[in-house]
Amino acid sequence: MSTRTSHRLPAHRRLTLALAAPVAALILSLAVASIALVLSGSNPFPAYGRMFSYGFELETLVDMVNRATPLYLSAVAVAIGFRMNLFNIGVEGQYILASIIAAQVAAELSLPAPLHLTVIILVGMATGSVWALIAGVLKVTRGIHEVISTIMLNAVSISFVVAMLFRQWDVPDESLNQETAEIPPSGRMPDLNGFVETFTREIGKGRVLWGFVIVAIIIGILYWIYVARTRPGYDLRASGINPLAAEASGVSPKRTIIVAMALSGAVGGLVGLPEVLGRDYAYGLQFTQNLGFAGIAVALLGQNHPGGIAIGALVFGFLDSAAPILDVHGDAPQEIVEIMKGIIIFAAVITYVVVQRRRQAEEARAASLAMASDEPDPATGMPSGATESDTRPAT
Amino acid sequence: MTPALSLENITKRFPGVLANDRVNLTVAEGEIHAICGENGAGKSTLMNVLYGMLPADEGRIVVRGDEVHFRSPRDALAAGIGMVHQHFMLADNLTVLENIILGAEPTGRGGRIDFAGARRRVTELSDAYGLDVHLDEPVENLGVGERQRVEIIKVLYRGARILILDEPTSVLVPHEVEELFRNMRDMCARGETIVFIDHKLDEVLEIADTITVLRAGRTVATVKPDEVSPRDLAELMVGSELPTPEARTTTVRDTVSLQVESLSVLDDDEREVVKGISLEVRRGEIVGVAGVEGNGQIEFVEALLGIREPSQGRVLLEGADINEWTVRRRREAGIGYIPEDRHRRGLLLPAPLWENAMCGHQGKEPYSRKGFWLTPKAARSKTRELIAAFDVRTPGPDVAAHALSGGNQQKLIIGREMVMTPNLLIAAHPTRGIDVGAQAAVWETLHQAREQGLAVLLVSADLDELIGLSDRLLVIFRGRISAALDPATVTPRELGAHMTGAAGEVEEMQHA
Repeated sequence: MSTRTSHRLPAHRRLTLALAAPVAALILSLAVASIALVLSGSNPFPAYGRMFSYGFELETLVDMVNRATPLYLSAVAVAIGFRMNLFNIGVEGQYILASIIAAQVAAELSLPAPLHLTVIILVGMATGSVWALIAGVLKVTRGIHEVISTIMLNAVSISFVVAMLFRQWDVPDESLNQETAEIPPSGRMPDLNGFVETFTREIGKGRVLWGFVIVAIIIGILYWIYVARTRPGYDLRASGINPLAAEASGVSPKRTIIVAMALSGAVGGLVGLPEVLGRDYAYGLQFTQNLGFAGIAVALLGQNHPGGIAIGALVFGFLDSAAPILDVHGDAPQEIVEIMKGIIIFAAVITYVVVQRRRQAEEARAASLAMASDEPDPATGMPSGATESDTRPAT
Repeated sequence: MTPALSLENITKRFPGVLANDRVNLTVAEGEIHAICGENGAGKSTLMNVLYGMLPADEGRIVVRGDEVHFRSPRDALAAGIGMVHQHFMLADNLTVLENIILGAEPTGRGGRIDFAGARRRVTELSDAYGLDVHLDEPVENLGVGERQRVEIIKVLYRGARILILDEPTSVLVPHEVEELFRNMRDMCARGETIVFIDHKLDEVLEIADTITVLRAGRTVATVKPDEVSPRDLAELMVGSELPTPEARTTTVRDTVSLQVESLSVLDDDEREVVKGISLEVRRGEIVGVAGVEGNGQIEFVEALLGIREPSQGRVLLEGADINEWTVRRRREAGIGYIPEDRHRRGLLLPAPLWENAMCGHQGKEPYSRKGFWLTPKAARSKTRELIAAFDVRTPGPDVAAHALSGGNQQKLIIGREMVMTPNLLIAAHPTRGIDVGAQAAVWETLHQAREQGLAVLLVSADLDELIGLSDRLLVIFRGRISAALDPATVTPRELGAHMTGAAGEVEEMQHA
């Protein structure tokens, strides 16, 4: 029985099953968006065509990656919580708070460039982590559900703490734009235009590819290593799948909640930094909000897998960056992409379940075939003792 | 005479699996017809087909001479077939009467429920069949035996003349089983027909008028109980000759592995459910803790593992006080654990087998290096090893645990503890719900490990298992050790009496 031939479903079968859901989701979303476009009196095909050709221009691709970077970080933050059945809705509050504090610290510090940047990033992670830990501690000590506490902490963070700090730190100047003090050059993230242009033509239209995408990639790799290759990551997943079995295996449920919230918050603290360190060099009114909530959708779309999340973030980044062209030419309202995003998530969730059922059925079938075909063989197959036993224990 | 029920050439396929392969079953009017077979033999599928929950792919169902086609359990009930499931389907907060009429309420004028009429009918039924129930008691206050009677009355109330009982004895203690059998005979005497699923051989032989044995989806034999021995029946079920038992020799050594000193434990509601238990298990010894569920065993085991903090007393492992140790430290010190419920505390169902095999040993080689880095490759090959050694029927270590049948899941759990050679094994109901073949394999594994010097604390309610495996037997009753018995001399009946507190003089526990 040690010489089994098929250990799992064949590779091509697993790939087909893995791709079936997102592809189906994409097709369905295009179909529904087309109906919406026709109903609103637009012709979908030129609209898609225009989006497609505009979307793959170099400058739009730069926009896409810049948009995908914070989405990716946000989704990884949410996914860390999801892996242990914690729903961290608080990424929103965590990243906005982390961004303003990191921006202010960055402006006040003066350090050599690599160190300065590192300190800012660590400050952002620490802030997000501490804020998320409040929810973790409340859950462990008082049994308060993290959905409730993180929603409330979002309100506290955004409407109270950030508002207060912003009043405090806003630098008065003649412009109407409110902003914290400017971060000196040593604390700015270098852009990647030079690197990209060695492969392509020059990036035009004043577009800048934020260097923070590198940080996002590193975070993605670390996330994968943590979850798939370390014991604490295994403990986290085991607790998410079956907390009681994990507990019996020696995983402390409280400790795991604290660790998961701290890590989720730390990654969440990075979400706002790409634009603070790569575009604005300050925290200001133009700061992008709602990335924390968008991250939940992307994590769902990517099924908490670092690669899947990357694809999800890029798809959303593409839709966001290609959509404005629709308004320019008047083919269709650009809000159509919001419909598409909604349908993608909706369809993805459904198709994932369908595909998962399918895969389970195929696995169960393979397992029962193994049962049927491997009649116990007294010479090799059975445990050494089983052939010598009776239906009752020896008496 | 026309049979009450006959199934002809029933075939049911699931994708890739032939669950029922031309099964034939003929049940005579007024008889108790037992259906036995191993887990996965197709008993449940057959009953689900008969009860209208699954459509058959081929074959005919004939009830009293008329061919029927059931599309739902409602159709089956209309034809007079009712089923009592293994897991009760009762609303805890309703009374017995309300539960019985739920979904079939007799209505009076203006749609009001006619409780008086319902009470009359239910009382008639329970009197006629000797099914003793308290109609106004909320179901949550009832014991298992009475819940089962409520389920039976529920089915009778809906007019069933053919009752299907799905493993009705699996949840009962011995004296409750006797009462159930009495009820079954009474019902048959009054013209009911009973189809009874079970895999406990002695019970089947005691109660059944006719026995049909299924194996691998086929009918292998239909026999009368006086024509066969338990051994014949077991061989029919398993399909091969079973070996003979071996003599018991003691392997108990001097070193005390586990020592428990007046341990008390509270449950989640802060009630003291374990009251000052003291016991010890030596290396090479199996100590059986016999008890009906709910007498504090779960909390006791959780306290030993460190999941639950004791309110009083201490636990020593190989002489060291481990009261302050975390679960992880205890597991790493060599405490193996077979949980009472494999799905609840044992398995990560959607995860692959190799990740299940490392659950509880994730900090040890070969599953990880330096207690931190997972080593999936080595973990997979270790899992393959245990799959082979413990005869887990699976295509390989990457299959998800939920794809396996219950018996194979249990073998995986036992294998994952045994391959890591624990010092102390806490085995709670290690063979619950698995078939005779797998059960024998588990028993043999424990026997052999004991010879190698393993200390085993066996918590169980299975009389054969307790008597056959244990070197010493302790009875746990209402949180206390109520008796210490010698497995060499005690009879199942005596043990059962102690477990239910029915033994007249409760011996004081004397432990070595």
